[in-house]
Formats: sequence, C-alpha cells, structure tokens
Amino acid sequence: MKVLRPFLTPKGAIGVLLVGAVLVIALLAPLLLPDTAATQMDMRARLSPPTLAHPLGTDQLGRDLMYRVLLGAQTSIFIAVSAVVMSIVIGLPLGIVSGYYGGWTDNVLMRLVDTLLSFPALLLALTISAVLGPNLQNTIIAIGVAFTPFLARIIRGEALRVAQMPYVEAARAAGTTDGKMILRHILPNIMPPVIVQSTISLAFAILAEAGLSFLGLGTQPPNASWGLMIQASRDYLDRAPWTALVPGAAVALTVLGLNMFGDVLRDVLDPRMRGRG
Amino acid sequence: MLDDMPAPLVEIDGLRVEFRGETGPIVAVEDVSFSIAPGETVCVVGESGSGKSVTSLSLMRLVEFGGGRIVGGALRFARPDGRMADLSEADDGTMRNIRGNEIGMIFQEPMTSLNPVFTIERQMTDGLRLHRRLSGGAARARALELLREVRIPEPERRLRQYPHELSGGMRQRVVIAMAMACRPRLLIADEPTTALDVTIQAEILALIDRLKRETGMAVLFITHDMAVVAQMADRVVVMYRGKLVEEGPVGRIFAAPSQDYTRALLAAVPRLGEMRGKAAPEPMRIVGADPGMARSLEPAARPEPLLEVRNLTTRFPVKGGVLRRTVAQVHAVEDVSFILNRGETLALVGESGCGKSSCGRSILRLVEPSSGSVTVGGTDILALSPHDLRLARRHMQMVFQDPFASLNPYMRLADQVAEPITNFGLARGTDLTDRVAMLFDRVELPRSFLRRFPHELSGGQRQRVAIARALAANPKLIVADEAVSALDVSVQAQVLNLMMELQADFGISFLFISHDMAVVERVSHRVGVMYLGRIVEIGSRAQVFENPQHSYTRALMSAVPVADPARRTIRDDLNFRPIPSPVFPLGHEPGPSVYAEVGPGHLVLTEPGGAA
Repeated sequence: MKVLRPFLTPKGAIGVLLVGAVLVIALLAPLLLPDTAATQMDMRARLSPPTLAHPLGTDQLGRDLMYRVLLGAQTSIFIAVSAVVMSIVIGLPLGIVSGYYGGWTDNVLMRLVDTLLSFPALLLALTISAVLGPNLQNTIIAIGVAFTPFLARIIRGEALRVAQMPYVEAARAAGTTDGKMILRHILPNIMPPVIVQSTISLAFAILAEAGLSFLGLGTQPPNASWGLMIQASRDYLDRAPWTALVPGAAVALTVLGLNMFGDVLRDVLDPRMRGRG
Repeated sequence: MLDDMPAPLVEIDGLRVEFRGETGPIVAVEDVSFSIAPGETVCVVGESGSGKSVTSLSLMRLVEFGGGRIVGGALRFARPDGRMADLSEADDGTMRNIRGNEIGMIFQEPMTSLNPVFTIERQMTDGLRLHRRLSGGAARARALELLREVRIPEPERRLRQYPHELSGGMRQRVVIAMAMACRPRLLIADEPTTALDVTIQAEILALIDRLKRETGMAVLFITHDMAVVAQMADRVVVMYRGKLVEEGPVGRIFAAPSQDYTRALLAAVPRLGEMRGKAAPEPMRIVGADPGMARSLEPAARPEPLLEVRNLTTRFPVKGGVLRRTVAQVHAVEDVSFILNRGETLALVGESGCGKSSCGRSILRLVEPSSGSVTVGGTDILALSPHDLRLARRHMQMVFQDPFASLNPYMRLADQVAEPITNFGLARGTDLTDRVAMLFDRVELPRSFLRRFPHELSGGQRQRVAIARALAANPKLIVADEAVSALDVSVQAQVLNLMMELQADFGISFLFISHDMAVVERVSHRVGVMYLGRIVEIGSRAQVFENPQHSYTRALMSAVPVADPARRTIRDDLNFRPIPSPVFPLGHEPGPSVYAEVGPGHLVLTEPGGAA
C-alpha cells in the first residue's frame, strides 16, 4: 500500500474527503430527500438569512438553500463530469495523434481545433445547445465540445514534447510499433498535465452549465443546479448575499477538493514520487 | 609544505554543509579544510555528489539560495585591508560587497549564465557601476578593455550584441571578462569548460591560466576531469562523498597518490597516447578488477564487413518565413563512406555539430538520409519499407548519451529491457522473464532491480539497463552515441569494459560515437574523424593516433588535455579556427569527398571542405 501513501498526506486526505462527500451527496440526496424539498416555497420567509428552520437561508421564492444545494449537486456534478470526460475522450486521441505524427495530420487537426478555439467557449456551447435543443444530454454535449479544443491543444503540446524524448527514440530503435509506442510510452508521460487540466475544466464546466441555464438552455427551473442558483442570486447580492455564498461555497469546495485530489492522483501515478512522504 | 606558504588568501576550516531532506538533514560536505594562497590555482576534483560544488558555493555564501546551510566550520577570507573575515558569519551587505568584487565566479553553462534579454554591454557594466561606482562612459571603456583582455575579436561590436549572437566559447569568454571586471583576488571556476568542445576548452583553460599569471589572482577550480587538473593545478584537493580524501601539490598527487580512492580515480582516466604501439583495444584500468580479455579483441585475421556505408548524405531543412517554407539546409552528414567489420569497433570522433550523431541516426534511419547507401549484413537498409525496417532493427540497436532521458520513467526496468524481445516476438511467458533476468546478470545488475523504475538507479546503473535493452534482441551492430559521456570516470571505465567484454563474447560490432579522444583511443579498432559533416581522416587506431595526417585531426589531438602534470600542453594562448556553419542555401551542392590513401586503409580528405 506504499503506492497509496500520498493519499494519507493532509492534502490527499482533504482531497479524498471533499470529493467523497460531494459524490455521496450527489448520489444519496435525491434518494433520501423528498422530491419537493428543492421546490417547496416558504412565502413567509423569502430571502431569509440562516435560521433554525432554514439553516442556510432561503432564496427570493422562499426555497430552502440547503435542500437546493444538496439536490443541485447531482445535476451540476453529473453535467460537469460527463462533459469533461467527453472532452477527454475526443481531445486525447486528437492531441496525441496530432503531436505524435506531426506533419499534415497535425496541420489539419490543429487548424480545426484553432477554429473551435476562436469562438468563446460559452458562445460555442450556446450555439450547440440552441441547435440541438435544451435538455440535459445536449447541455453535456455542448459543454464537452466547447472544452475539447483546450484539452486537445495541451495534449498535443505534451505529446510533441514526449515524442522527442530519447526514450521514444530508443523504443523506435527497438522496433516498437506506433500503437504500442502511444499506449506505453506517450500516454503515461502526458497524463500529469491532462489530470491537472481536467480538474480545472470541471470547475469551469460547473460554471458553464450555470451560464447555459441562465439563458434557459441548461437546467430548467424549478429544478436546482449550482450554476442556476448562482445566476439567480445576482439580483439579491446586496440584500441577501447568502443566496450567492451558499452555492458559491459548494462550487469552491468541490473544485478545491478536485484540485487536491488531482494533484495527489498525479503523484500516485508517477513512479518517481512513490515511496516519498 | 604548508610551512613554506605565504599568508593564505582563503582558509576553509572544518566546513560542514547540510541540506534539508525529507527525513532529516543531509550532509553534503563534512569536515573539509584546505587553504588557498594568493596567486595559486587549487583544483577541487571529485565525481558527482562529492560536494565539490557545494564547497565553492559555500565560500560565496550562495549555497543558502539552493537550500543549504553552513552548520559548522569557518570560511576565512583575507579582505583588502589584511583582516581575515569569516564569511560563514558575514552579513548580507558584506557578502554583496565581496561577491563579484573580491571574489569572481564563473559557472558551467555559458548559455544560461548570461541573461538573454540584455546586451553584453549592459551585463558587463552593471557590476562595474555597482562595485566601482563608475560612470556610464568609464564603465563602457573598462568593459571594452576587459573584452580585449580575454581576446574577443571585434570587442566594440560584441558590446552591442545579445548573448545568442555569440558562440559558446565566446560567451564563456564574456563570462570570464565579467568575473574579472572588478579585479577579484580569487576566481572561482565551477566546471567552466565541461559544456564546451575540446578545442574551445583548451582556449578557455589557457585564458584562465594567463589571466591568473598576469593579475596574480588565486583560482579555485572545480572539475571532475583529472586531465584538466593536471593541466591547471598548483595544488589538488580530492573529494569523495562530501569528505576531503587527499590534498597535495599536483605533481605529488599524480606521481604518488597516498589514498586508494585517488589511485582508483587516476587509474580510470584514459591518457591520450598511452595506447601507442598496441594493436587491439584494451580494457580500462580499474583498481581491484582483473584485466584479462584483451587478446580476444584483436582484429580478426580475415575481416568480414558487417556495416557498409557509401556516400551517406543527410540534410535537415531550415524553415523560415510566414509559409514555413524550406529556406536553407543543414548539411549534417556530407558524403560519408566507411566499413565496419564484424566484432570490431569503429569510432566516429569530432566536436559538437560535426555530424557524428546524425551519421549514427541516419544509419539506423532514426532520421531519413537524403542519399547514399547503408547495408548491414547484406541488407540495404535505406531501401526497406517501414514494416521491413522495423524487423531489420532487430540487428542494429542503439545506446544513447543521457541515461536519465533514454529510459521511460513510467515503465519498470524489466518491461523496458523486454520490449525489443516482445517487439520481435522472440520469447514470451517464463522464457521472456528468464531472458530478461539473464540480461540483467550479464550487465551485472542485481535481479532485484527488475521490478524497479529508472529513477531509483544511478546514472551508471541506468546505462547498464540501456545496454541490456540494446542487447536483448541479439543485435549484430550497436550504435553507441556518446554512451559514456554523461558518466563519472570510474563508472565510465566499468561501462566501457562491459561493452568490450560483450564484444569479445558475442562478436558485436560497435559504432562508437564520441567526442573524447582518449576514450576513443582506448576502445576502438578503427577511427574516423569528422568535421563539418565529412570524415576528414579515417584509418586504424594506430594510423590516426600515431600518424595523424589531416590538420584538423592534429588540432583536435593538440587540444586534448593530458592527464599528466609533467606534460603541460595548455599554456600559451590558443586560438583554434572556429568551426564554420553547416547551413547552406537550397540547391548548394558541395563536391564529393575525395580521399588520398596515405597508408593501407588510411584515408585523408583532400578536397573540398575540411581544414586542410
């Protein structure tokens, strides 16, 4: 179990704890809480600060923020994780092929990626979402496609760097085929920046979902998602800052947890870091 | 000896330096004491990890910037007023006044010790204004004077240039001029020539020596190279694993070393010229190891060619402009022909940029040659399809220079050594495991290393893994591209002996690419000297080393420092012809390489190109 030791450092433990907590909430909250918990309006306590009845306060419609945050976790996490996984699934092969083979392949693929990059990511997601129609699946596709070029660019750069390393040349001299080269020599060596970029992308994906929801293309009210909650709080920031702070804190803690988890994951995968404190 | 000396300039007394480690302090230097007299050159010599650099950085109190701490001992330095100040307790202000002013320092990398965004003038005058409070004009005049002192051609123009516009040797001259700017009484030179070619090394060593004699400053010279020590030192301090092993005048250290470690270190150093009159390569001397397979390396009575290279030419495109069109070509390898016999070693020797590595890579088609032919055991390598080329690579393997970069950090060593075997489907299952284990035995690595990752090994051990990988598919030819250049001298000797044993056992042919003339003389049957992409001279080891005919071969040999303080060749100012650029416009077609045969199999380039 020496390999898993980085998880026992303070950073590793906090990362595991935060990510674990968010996952548990996202999975269990919909099962344990009544369906109406997130949409139940308490008209006498609109924009209420935290009280005994509403431990984290309420929003402008008197809905309980604690319930909304707990139930919104599922939507936000599901969309963000699915979208980032999708961008990796597309971006990783694209970037590796581009960086490893170079030449014309690289030129064609990267011009495509650059075209996508030249649109603001949110605008791109907006267009895709508008064309495909507003539902959960299309939101994921929209965000996933919008995030792909960033990842593909980073992966291409790394693949380009690794492809020039002497161990790749040594493997080629040893008669290694391209497929094996990519799987055994290129892929493991480009993973560290991919992991870091992915955890950052997750945070942006949560916010991107918020943007789409605000424009009526993501999560549809009255269902809760963290992004939707942050957007809705915009008009009440001066009177009821907790309406922004509660979902904001949820996003921040999730991202913090993912970042720490990603760092530690990178260390666990790196043989050079094994056996160290 | 110590009684005869004048009052010392520097007295290092019981120095102890620690670095913070994960499990407690790591002692980098322990109980090191020696002194430097005014006008004296003291060489601190040792292998990597010996603490030689840490000692010099401590004297400048720069070690703290790298996370080190001076925990014991005194660093007494004679200030201009004659007082001895303990630098280990000096405050920041005092140290700033001493650094660059009373003690100058030059570093290993001439590429990185100059700031790329400032002109030479700006970098040279900064220190003068700070320490000497010179005005702009006076500082500029002094900078010019300094550039003349280090014999840089066209000093006025150099002042306006940026570091990237100067060659490596020129940059190191600028760094030396900067270190000399305030007339320091001590110059610390930390491996100042390690990154340089041998002719430039000779020039820089001669320059440091002349400046020392003219200005009367003392020099603390840090190096791993015993030959440089022999050429430069008045006194020598030998260090090993943070401790001082032996100290004494250079003549005594080389003639009668008193410690086993010094003896081992000296034994492992090949000396240019010591193979005179011997027919076959000989193993390196390793104290305590038994020599005894020299006979088997004698050239075969009836040599049988394995590798034939005919008119090999490799050019790399230089892209430029908006459209990234090819605007010029680097003529890396230009009409090279040679034959390598079975079971023999052919060395390609030359300075950086001469095309020796490109030549090796072209033969294995790791880069695509532009024209020519390469046959290995009768197979025309350049005519093979990608699929057939992959299969043909079974017979020709490569060992690379940097053992840290040539192994995949994410793969276990056993898997990396097994890779060629599985690639060619030579074995599987327990058969494969057995073969890999036997390869580990053969390169003298413990089997416990099989499951390890590269970072857990030292440089020498990694290079053994790389050799095991090259051997795995039973190749006939191994291209060793500077395979021992990154290793410490004692490790280098072991790895070279391993290669020679493997040659004797398996009849492998080596194409040995190296810049180190002394090593080449020791290990090779035949030698080709490369210059500007061409072989300028090729012949048997004895022909090339004992009867060099081409002027470049002679220049190269005269620049090699000899590990013998009684034969000081590097004294007067040297100025070798700088190597011209190998970049030519598109369509430039240089003539073929034409050779004159001066002895049986001894060819010398007549025209064109070359320094003849």
